[in-house]
Amino acid sequence: MVQETYRVLPGPEAYLAPAAAMMGVMPPDSGSAIVEGSVVSEDEAIAVIARKLADAKNPAVCPGPLLIWQWDDGVSAKAAAVRELAEACGAKILPMIDYSARRIRTDMEISPNHPNVTILQNDIDVCLFAGVHSHYANYALRLIRARTDCYTIVLGDYSASEDAMASLRDINVDKINAITEKIKSLKRG
Amino acid sequence: MSNTNTDIHTAQKPVSADEMLHSAARSRTFITGSEAVAEAVKRANVDMAIAYPITPQSESMHLTGDLYAQGYIGDYYRAENEFAVMAAIHGASLGGGRVFTATSGPGTLRAMEMFPVWAGSRQPIVCAFMCRGVALPPSIQPETIEMAFLLDTGMIMFHAENAQDYFDFILAGYAIAEQPEVHLPVGVFADGFFVTHTREVVMLPPDDIKLNVYDPTFAPIPPFDMEHVPMRMVRDPLLNKSNFVSYAASASWHQEVLAAAERARKHINHYMGGLIEVENPDADVMIIASGTAVSQSREAIRAMKDEGINDVGLIKVKSVRPFPEKEIEQATAKASLIIVPEFNVGGWLSREVKASIDNNKRVAPGPRVFGGASMPSEIIIGEIKKYRQ
Repeated sequence: MVQETYRVLPGPEAYLAPAAAMMGVMPPDSGSAIVEGSVVSEDEAIAVIARKLADAKNPAVCPGPLLIWQWDDGVSAKAAAVRELAEACGAKILPMIDYSARRIRTDMEISPNHPNVTILQNDIDVCLFAGVHSHYANYALRLIRARTDCYTIVLGDYSASEDAMASLRDINVDKINAITEKIKSLKRG
Repeated sequence: MSNTNTDIHTAQKPVSADEMLHSAARSRTFITGSEAVAEAVKRANVDMAIAYPITPQSESMHLTGDLYAQGYIGDYYRAENEFAVMAAIHGASLGGGRVFTATSGPGTLRAMEMFPVWAGSRQPIVCAFMCRGVALPPSIQPETIEMAFLLDTGMIMFHAENAQDYFDFILAGYAIAEQPEVHLPVGVFADGFFVTHTREVVMLPPDDIKLNVYDPTFAPIPPFDMEHVPMRMVRDPLLNKSNFVSYAASASWHQEVLAAAERARKHINHYMGGLIEVENPDADVMIIASGTAVSQSREAIRAMKDEGINDVGLIKVKSVRPFPEKEIEQATAKASLIIVPEFNVGGWLSREVKASIDNNKRVAPGPRVFGGASMPSEIIIGEIKKYRQ
């Protein structure tokens, strides 16, 4: 019997991990978020994300091209907020500079084409992507889920990533700061 | 050469797809399916259309060319052949434009390589297909066999029953294709001649409105932009035999195309009122059809009612990709017999239905017509009576 309810959980899951959408997991509508395949409120997702990052032994924050290269109003403030979040949980910054098929320094950056290599070589147990186009986020997340036991988080500019274990959509500085404040509060005990 | 006759185009008021499809007042017209296609393109705020003629598509792209001359379309030309059309329209879409083209039967097959490329690069291209026979043996008559060849290209596929559907599905196609979480090509299919060359009542919104401009910056992939970092490098994963992109990565890219089609379901529900329409859902016999086979099935049901046979229902399949598995499973829950009339020899819709439901021995293999044959309602009735005995 085929499993009825699919949950998006840390792997290693399969030789080729399925696309969550093909297993019936749909991204949330505006105002909601997603955790492990279930639609939840944004506050619930923020609490889960903060807890995972605060408890992580070796977290990584991976800013993508929408933070690194974009020149729209508000991007630099968003990037600063992500950096503060990374500092709050002591995360490495491993940028996804672009999506090209090139050799990368896996101790310094991450590629959507083989993200599992960076995760495994740096022993990352929780990683957070921000500013990554949604196609490339899902593309990378399945490879991480297939080949590693890393907990994946995505802060999506427009859509949430149903292939992440936790994801917020329509991300803005307030939502990023809410995660950061929660991490700081958890770290204080 | 880009259009300099932009007065009419710019005089149209941009509106949301919701206003265009759901709330704008409509007036009655009596037009052909080809004209309905042109009426949709006229309101779609299309940046570029590219044409290559083939029966029965030719009239629609001729009328689209007229729209260019009138200033409704930014650019238009006739390409060398269908492959050239589909490759060039892909380039125009990669460049961030909203595009339109159309083809038929052998033209579809000639351009075949480009359809999965459109999907693989996540471009929201809308293409109308006026279905006809291919060389099985040669026929220009209505057939839907070309749809079978396109089922696994990654495209979203809608099948119009009539000219009204053709108009509505093309405009809805843009709204659905351009959703950031979807961003896939949409093929809008209709049965050639039956729909393209016959007149019927079509309710149209005013032609002084058009869809809002397409904004490629909302794409789930970077717009193709040679001017800024990271330039063309963004598309290098297409070169999946690179040492730095594994086959697993290529597979994950492929999965994302299919996942995007799954994410289209809620938008199809919103803009098209569902993936299927059901009449008489509690019936013991259900006819499942798409395209003009739906109309023939309606006529069969009407004729059977005249005979006192009232327990026959109808499922009209509007979306072929994504396929409405759950909706069909639910709508056939009470049926003991399922009939799938089709305009093709292969029976692709029948296969899709059989793969979607429990107890698929309920699905009768036909009736099917092809090679130019029409589908009299009597053969649908005959099929039902044969299997009920």
